[in-house]
Amino acid sequence: MKKYLKTYPEKCIACRVCESTCSQVYFKVDDAEKSCIRITELADGNDINVCNQCQACVAVCPTLALKVNPQGVVMVDKSLCISCYMCVAACPTKSMRRHLNGLNPFKCVSCGMCAKNCPTEAIKIVTE
Amino acid sequence: MDTNKISAMKAKHKLLAEYKYELKPVIKGYNKRTLYINLSDNAIKEKPVSDEMIDKFTGGKGFDLKLMWDAVKDTTKWNDPENEICISFGPLCGNTNYPGSGKSIVTTISPLTGIPVDCNVGGHFGPYTKFAGFDALELQGKATEDVIVFIDGDKGTVQIFTAPDEDLNSHIVAEQFIHEFADAPGKEQFVSVVSSGQASEHVLITCLNFSFWDKRRQVARLKQAGRGGTGTVFRDKHLKALVVKYSGLKGDTNHPVDMETLQKTGLKLHNEIEKGDASQCRMRAEGTAHLMEIMDDYDLLPIKNFKYGTLPEARALASWEFRKLFTQDMPDGCWYGCSLSCCKAVDNFIPRTGPYKGQKVCVDGPEYETAAGCGSNLCIWSPRDVVEINFYCDTYGVDTISFGTSTAFAMECYEYGILNKERTGGLDLTWGNADAALELLHQMARGEGFGLIVGQGVRRMKKLFAEQYGADPQLLQDMGMEAKGLEYSQYMSKESLAQQGGYTLALKGPQHDEAWLIFMDMVNNHIPTFEDKAEALHYFPMFRTWFGLQGLCKLPWNDIEPEDNAQTDEPAKVPEHVQNYVDIYTAITGKPMDKHELIRQSERVYNFQKVFCLRMGGGLREGDIPPYRAMGPVTEEEYLSRAERYDKALKEKAGINIDGMSVQDKMKALRDYRYDQYDQLVDAVYKRKGWTKAGIPTLEHLKNIGMDLPEVVEVVKRFL
Repeated sequence: MKKYLKTYPEKCIACRVCESTCSQVYFKVDDAEKSCIRITELADGNDINVCNQCQACVAVCPTLALKVNPQGVVMVDKSLCISCYMCVAACPTKSMRRHLNGLNPFKCVSCGMCAKNCPTEAIKIVTE
Repeated sequence: MDTNKISAMKAKHKLLAEYKYELKPVIKGYNKRTLYINLSDNAIKEKPVSDEMIDKFTGGKGFDLKLMWDAVKDTTKWNDPENEICISFGPLCGNTNYPGSGKSIVTTISPLTGIPVDCNVGGHFGPYTKFAGFDALELQGKATEDVIVFIDGDKGTVQIFTAPDEDLNSHIVAEQFIHEFADAPGKEQFVSVVSSGQASEHVLITCLNFSFWDKRRQVARLKQAGRGGTGTVFRDKHLKALVVKYSGLKGDTNHPVDMETLQKTGLKLHNEIEKGDASQCRMRAEGTAHLMEIMDDYDLLPIKNFKYGTLPEARALASWEFRKLFTQDMPDGCWYGCSLSCCKAVDNFIPRTGPYKGQKVCVDGPEYETAAGCGSNLCIWSPRDVVEINFYCDTYGVDTISFGTSTAFAMECYEYGILNKERTGGLDLTWGNADAALELLHQMARGEGFGLIVGQGVRRMKKLFAEQYGADPQLLQDMGMEAKGLEYSQYMSKESLAQQGGYTLALKGPQHDEAWLIFMDMVNNHIPTFEDKAEALHYFPMFRTWFGLQGLCKLPWNDIEPEDNAQTDEPAKVPEHVQNYVDIYTAITGKPMDKHELIRQSERVYNFQKVFCLRMGGGLREGDIPPYRAMGPVTEEEYLSRAERYDKALKEKAGINIDGMSVQDKMKALRDYRYDQYDQLVDAVYKRKGWTKAGIPTLEHLKNIGMDLPEVVEVVKRFL
């Protein structure tokens, strides 16, 4: 089972409500740099970058700080993480993140808050 | 692991001494104190590290050598109680951001060379001991019974215990102590062990094993401080193990001044490795074993005691053959955050010989040096035999490089009849006899048989075979691949004058960690003149020394390169990575740094080590001369095997008309030419390094680099 945030970039209007929601849920600030989901406006449409729970990061973590929960969501165990960021480099979609002055990497945990607030249903929590 | 047995062994420990110290955070990469332990009287104390000590010696190997210099006398031999084993870590050691940042540096007065030897080794012991509170560990004296030193970095205690019941062999004892000292099951990763093995009680070509707990495999992995007989000194002090526990590791435990730069620089390299390793060095898939087929392709893989550099059979030891044995597909770094992850393991390996025959074991490696030294150089073409030799070397505490080169020497002596079954105690040392090579190892561990002779290393074998068996001393000298008493590591330097210097001018003895210039010199001809070669033999040894000052690994410097490296002014230096080192040094320590000061830091310690060698009776030009096997064809069969190459060298390089010359005449002419070239190279290198023609650092040079310390000047003046 894998619970993840499915994206529909063609519906995205780059209102950035998702970024704002995520950073407030995760870090209690409104700062896109601290959002697990990132929107990039490109010439041919908008790109939505967010973890798809593929678990590639789990395979490279040297301390086993990255774990898959029963819903199939990859979680960072902060007690074990030593901030090496090997997971950030190994992420095939570049959705594992670091931010200025932060120690632990962070990522989407499929909480669904952004999806609830998205006005165009460009993102949706699905379980496969 | 049997928990009852573990408890019973631990119950036998008798506390001999305990020292409590104040737990303090590392600040900007330094603790500013070292730990001193005397095993003769069980004294334990801490020593302050002054700003001047940091300015002059930086850390790592610099601290080791400074502490050892103050501890030993001019006359100290390896087995005198005042000889020390020093282990240090360096200011950059233990950061989890930049790949290759978990190295310890071990120094001691070597039983093989009589001068200081230094080894750069991975595993978790170094970073954990640093974060436990010390910039270096100094072990002096000799215990009267087997003891362990336990550093508890969580509580702030250092204890010396007797430890009568644990094993000696590293693959067992590392796990025993990890289980004994881990707070609970599941906490094993916070404990690391330094140990040697049974052979260290009997022979000189020994090593130390530094463990790291492999959480995925649930085994203790072993990395080696390999060169120069460190294991023998360790056991001579009746040390069974050093154990450290530290549970508080975080990404900022070094307390760097600029975490952002450190993280960004590390991430940049992670990304580079992620993108480039598979098409460059394949470190993550094959480790250094990827070099096997490359060296074979270029006639650089040692075969039959460095007679030849390639052979069709060598394809049996190509990296893809070892890859079949590696159980990989997981991160395998010897310290956290090393995405280059060159460690490799063979799981569930079942030895076919020796005391662990039939048991499943986990074997680290083989790395290139082991595969070449214990494989091709002995004409052992079975990868499984190489893995078995690798396993027993590690667990017995034997250096795979010296074992390979020493056994190759013995096998060549056997080929020439200098040795025979009567002299080897019945061992058939024919090329390729893996059973005999393994039996030599088992004999070293048991302390019996011809293994004891081979385990003394090449220099002592040369003397013994000449004295006892009447062998030709010149032939033994020519084919005995040692200098300063240390065995050569596993590259053919015959066609690279620069690498002959890279090996033989190395301070501790012929190891490639000072310079590896074969491709620059022989293949690409980028350093054609003596001055070019001298510049390379100045820059690279200094640059590489810096890794040992900081607690870093060399591999992430040039075993992965930026995509545009070839377009830079000096690709061999990998300028972007040099800048990375400058950046992370300043990010951690807060001190200014540039690529010139980096070299200057190394020059101070390098010249200090040189003077240390002089003080201990080595360090002179005579020790910098290679055996001819490292320079050219010793035997007629070697000459004839590459006659076209050597004839061409005589005609085009030496300018000799070879018409009508016999093979013997040509061999002599080539030999004279190459030794003359080598002499000119040494003159140029010494000059570039600021040394006299005798190899003595000048007072002016010492002053220029800020190492005109009174005790250094006093030693140098004896030689000027």
